[in-house]
Amino acid sequence: MSGPLLDVAGLHAWYGESHVLHGVDLHVNEGEMICILGRNGMGKTTTLRTIMGILRKRQGSITFAGKDMMGVPLHRSARAGLGFVPEERGIFATLTVEENLTLPPVVAPGGMTVAEIYELFPNLSERRRSPGTKLSGGEQQMLAMARILRTGARCLLLDEPTEGLAPVIIQAIGEVLRKLKARGMTVVLVEQNFRFASKVADRFYLMDHGRMTAEFPVADLPARMDLLNRELGV
Amino acid sequence: MTMIFGIPLQALLGQLLVGLINGSFYAMLSLGLAVIFGLLRVINFAHGAQYMLGAFVALLMLKFAGIGYWGALVLAPLVVGAMGAFVERTMLSRLYKLDHLYGLLFTFGLALTIEGTFRYFFGASGQPYSTPAALSGGVNLGFMFLPIYRGWVVVASMVICLGVWFLIEKTKLGAYLRAATENPVLVQSFGINVPLLLTLTYGLGAGLAGLAGVLAAPIYQVSPLMGSNIIIIVFAVVVVGGMGSILGAIITGYMLGIAEGLTKVFYPEASNIVIFVIMAIVLILRPAGLFGKDA
Repeated sequence: MSGPLLDVAGLHAWYGESHVLHGVDLHVNEGEMICILGRNGMGKTTTLRTIMGILRKRQGSITFAGKDMMGVPLHRSARAGLGFVPEERGIFATLTVEENLTLPPVVAPGGMTVAEIYELFPNLSERRRSPGTKLSGGEQQMLAMARILRTGARCLLLDEPTEGLAPVIIQAIGEVLRKLKARGMTVVLVEQNFRFASKVADRFYLMDHGRMTAEFPVADLPARMDLLNRELGV
Repeated sequence: MTMIFGIPLQALLGQLLVGLINGSFYAMLSLGLAVIFGLLRVINFAHGAQYMLGAFVALLMLKFAGIGYWGALVLAPLVVGAMGAFVERTMLSRLYKLDHLYGLLFTFGLALTIEGTFRYFFGASGQPYSTPAALSGGVNLGFMFLPIYRGWVVVASMVICLGVWFLIEKTKLGAYLRAATENPVLVQSFGINVPLLLTLTYGLGAGLAGLAGVLAAPIYQVSPLMGSNIIIIVFAVVVVGGMGSILGAIITGYMLGIAEGLTKVFYPEASNIVIFVIMAIVLILRPAGLFGKDA
């Protein structure tokens, strides 16, 4: 297949009457990890939710693996190979850790087995019988990611995985992301933690008021620091 | 004659049995209500009508197709469940986006329509449905006489409740149900067809009510009003147990049935209101219900 794995062009989206995405353009190549930077409320999370198909009031085009996703119902997005890890993690309290882990159906071959996941996240293995929300914040984030890794999704939409976590846990998450990249996983990362993102992402988008205002590869970061400091207030 | 607290043992055990049988129906019906409410957030006022439908489908199958009790026990819940699924898909599912009150109003209207239709065709008086031959008669337990059919109802309802509990707490489908109860959008984003899950759940709840209706047919008279008589009590059971709690609905169902039976022995005048008195006390002391999670 030629062209990017995920191609988004002129994407508009609305929450009720309020117009939140104003023509988002972005693309992600197979095996690439991009990161969307931007201040709070600029539409980063909305971009992920709209690509996934959770937000249905949308216009423009979303093409994934050569397939037009605009008419695809939410429960078919996963079958197409998209996996979404929400900011609030979405671990289910009434399900055990293992039930949480095995909840999403396997949609394609090539996902990790439960044994491989427990090897990567030994904490989850130890606590497989506990209710999902009894885990620490970091463990819940690991579980939320592990859950999607099992399904064989080709592209991970990952919303602020480091939010509210201790530095040592953030490092562990960075480690997991590097392993995923080595396996050829495509990732769209939304992150406020710029330092973390600069260690894992290949390419950056800067988002402001519902559209992308800049795009540059990780190599250009030093030259862009002034812009980022101004835009993000880091 | 043996006496306990000045009451003959036989009367006590007899009312305990009556309580246990009523409790069996409370448990099965409140279980279905809890399952539906948990996932759909709809207070299913049509539950009593679906219970009545189960009994009537059994009666009509016998009259017009010669299908007996055992066939009806399998087929009637399927028929009522399919009707439930149809109603959910074509009508109820359109209301989810609106205030939950609309779901309640819709199912209330549905119950009135179903009951009104059956009253038009069958009148308000009850019709008998005979006990199946294999379960007729009774056994003398020494301290009391147990009609076999009533013993069967208690056992069957326990098996049914346990089966539904197992389905929801221990199986993959149950995990989908529990997860969708917490966060339907996320579950759908995993690739699970949540709208279909909602339809199946409503069908399951309606089918359970239908099954309870078939079990009830030989004990109570089959009448268009049998559902509206019991449903108010069942709502009280759900309130006492806590909305959305599966195990809570089951245990509370049996408990309140027995409490009602015992009240008949000790203070018969209060037996019709004891469940509501308990409900009021629970609402004062523990508004989320005995087994409910505090919201």
